[in-house]
Amino acid sequence: MAVDLAHYLLLSAVLFGIGVMGVLTRKNLIIILMCVELMLNAVNLSFIALARHAADQEAQVVVFFVLCVAAAEVAVGLAILISVWRKRGTMNIDALSALRG
Amino acid sequence: MDSGDFMGVLPELIVVVTALLAILADVASKGRNPSAAQGVTVLGLAVAAAVALISPSEQTMLMAGQLFNDGFSAWFRALFAVAGLATAIFSPLYLTHRKIRLGEYYSLLAMCVFGMMVMSAAANLLLFFVGLETMSIALYVLVSFRRDDAASVEGGLKYLVLGAFSSAFLLYGMALIYGGIGSLDYVAIGEALRQSDGIGPMTVTGIGLLLVGFAFKVSAVPFHFWSPDVYEGAPTTITAFMSTGAKAAAFVGLIRVFGVALILTSEHWTTALSVMAALTMTVGNFVALRQTSVKRMLAYSSIAHAGYLLVGIVAGTPQAFAAAGFYLIGYALMNLGAFGVLMLINQRGKGDYSFESLRGMGTVYPVLGLMMSVFMFSLIGIPPTAGFFGKLYVFSAAIEQGHLWLVIIGLLNSAVAAYYYLKVVSTMFMAKPEGDVAISQPFAYKAVLAISSLLIIVIGLFPDQLVTAMLRAVP
Amino acid sequence: MPDVLHNNSLIVFLILTAGVAAVVGLFVALTIFLGPKKPNEIKDAPFESGFVSKTDATQPFPIKYYLVAILFVVFDIEVAFLYPWAVSFREIGAIGLTSMVVFIAILAVGLYYAVKKRVLEWK
Repeated sequence: MAVDLAHYLLLSAVLFGIGVMGVLTRKNLIIILMCVELMLNAVNLSFIALARHAADQEAQVVVFFVLCVAAAEVAVGLAILISVWRKRGTMNIDALSALRG
Repeated sequence: MDSGDFMGVLPELIVVVTALLAILADVASKGRNPSAAQGVTVLGLAVAAAVALISPSEQTMLMAGQLFNDGFSAWFRALFAVAGLATAIFSPLYLTHRKIRLGEYYSLLAMCVFGMMVMSAAANLLLFFVGLETMSIALYVLVSFRRDDAASVEGGLKYLVLGAFSSAFLLYGMALIYGGIGSLDYVAIGEALRQSDGIGPMTVTGIGLLLVGFAFKVSAVPFHFWSPDVYEGAPTTITAFMSTGAKAAAFVGLIRVFGVALILTSEHWTTALSVMAALTMTVGNFVALRQTSVKRMLAYSSIAHAGYLLVGIVAGTPQAFAAAGFYLIGYALMNLGAFGVLMLINQRGKGDYSFESLRGMGTVYPVLGLMMSVFMFSLIGIPPTAGFFGKLYVFSAAIEQGHLWLVIIGLLNSAVAAYYYLKVVSTMFMAKPEGDVAISQPFAYKAVLAISSLLIIVIGLFPDQLVTAMLRAVP
Repeated sequence: MPDVLHNNSLIVFLILTAGVAAVVGLFVALTIFLGPKKPNEIKDAPFESGFVSKTDATQPFPIKYYLVAILFVVFDIEVAFLYPWAVSFREIGAIGLTSMVVFIAILAVGLYYAVKKRVLEWK
């Protein structure tokens, strides 16, 4: 079976969907952050596949920036998680009740 | 990059240098005295705003077509710098009161302004994304800046998770649009759409995802649920900054992406966007009605204002975008002012931003009371204020395009909004003050409030000048 | 049928949403109704590659580990931008060099800040 663009896009859509489900259903904040990363990297896969398909470099550059943004986001996210941990002593999203929602 | 490029991005460069200098100034003071960092930031942002306003803004492109150098980007770069400047001037009072002595705050503020400037000038979806994330990541830290306060760190965490979540949707939309159209460049996308007849399912899905991402960013109902919590948890200075600057930046992006690049596909998203606009106005207003905290009330009402602005995007004409630009400028002035007065008054007592905290303060401090009334009247949309003409232009542009029902909903909502805004004014003047009423009023702080309330009146008296400037500037 | 799909993003969006909701709901419902629930102490214990866990996994690490790890993540990723430059620096010449100098200078300010805040002192 030849693997073509559609397969990559499908894989990326599935990964993105798994990420969305994880964010919506998981309780542990670290896992939620990991799921967000999964979503971003699923998009990266799409970009790479499309860029390869179109023989275009523009979208390959996107991936560099997205990786970089994701790293910065994780760094800040972990830093904030540590402050939440110190304040609350938990990583469970249901325990965050200081705000009314 | 030639000298034209250099001059074109001068405001951005100044802001970046300001952010770096602010952090170095903080290091130099051994992290004990944030006033050096504050001084650098105030100065740098003031220069950046001035440069953005006086620099020539013909309809050109910078950096090999990566950035727009048009009137719109000039106006909004200046607006973001001014919003950052006002926030930097408001901050010391608030931060000293909360015993926060970290100079990084000001550096992060300048980085936010930089991100907003890139968002408003970007001519490319990738660059827009990078600007958005620069702003957002700095805001995540700023929102959770009160590390000893559970609401602040939880608000920051919530903002981070939902912000990153919505960014992923935005990015996926960009990927699919790239796959369907073959470019990330706004101009090239517009050109490709003009030459093709009809778009494929991949592009349609991409546009849908992009719309969801943007709806999160401008906190449109039903994607608004993050914003009241974040606005409440954040330091009040940052709430003021986010509800004006960050919102305006997202709207400028929305205008450039949906209003210009994707306008030919408007049949696919106008319905969704107008339903969103109607819901946003109504939900924002009715929830704002029930709030007992003025800070939370302003947070919900800023959702409602996003709804009015969405009406302008739905209308989809250059006139409507000029009106939305006018509205954004007026809204930034009045909301920053309202938060400014609120913070000034809440130095005393419990500082809980309740309506009670405002009781009778208008009679004790008539000037403050008067300025707050100007901000509130403008937020309601009573002439002659900037808020009135903002709504007038947006709604009349929408009527021209036949969106009468949206305008009727908007007008009904404005009437509802009058109740809670007037409640602020009446509490300030009609009740007797309680307890200790002494507050300190730094000169620069009062000057910012005075200038913004004067500008609101001046824009309200001479709206033609600003609206013609906006019409010339519109992309 | 395809015509409707092509011409209305609202419908596409609703179908996507409904699809996601249906699949998610199905799996959640399946686990709730079909999954046997007989919790006991061994089952509730976290799986540690077959070993019996002796202590709580969330024992506090000193904060410096986190700080260094976070800094490492950020600076590590920034290096990724050097590779494309290294590949193409003959072609992009002076502009590329200036850009990279500015880029590294901004990073250097960040590193200087970290050093001055004594983040890297391992004591």
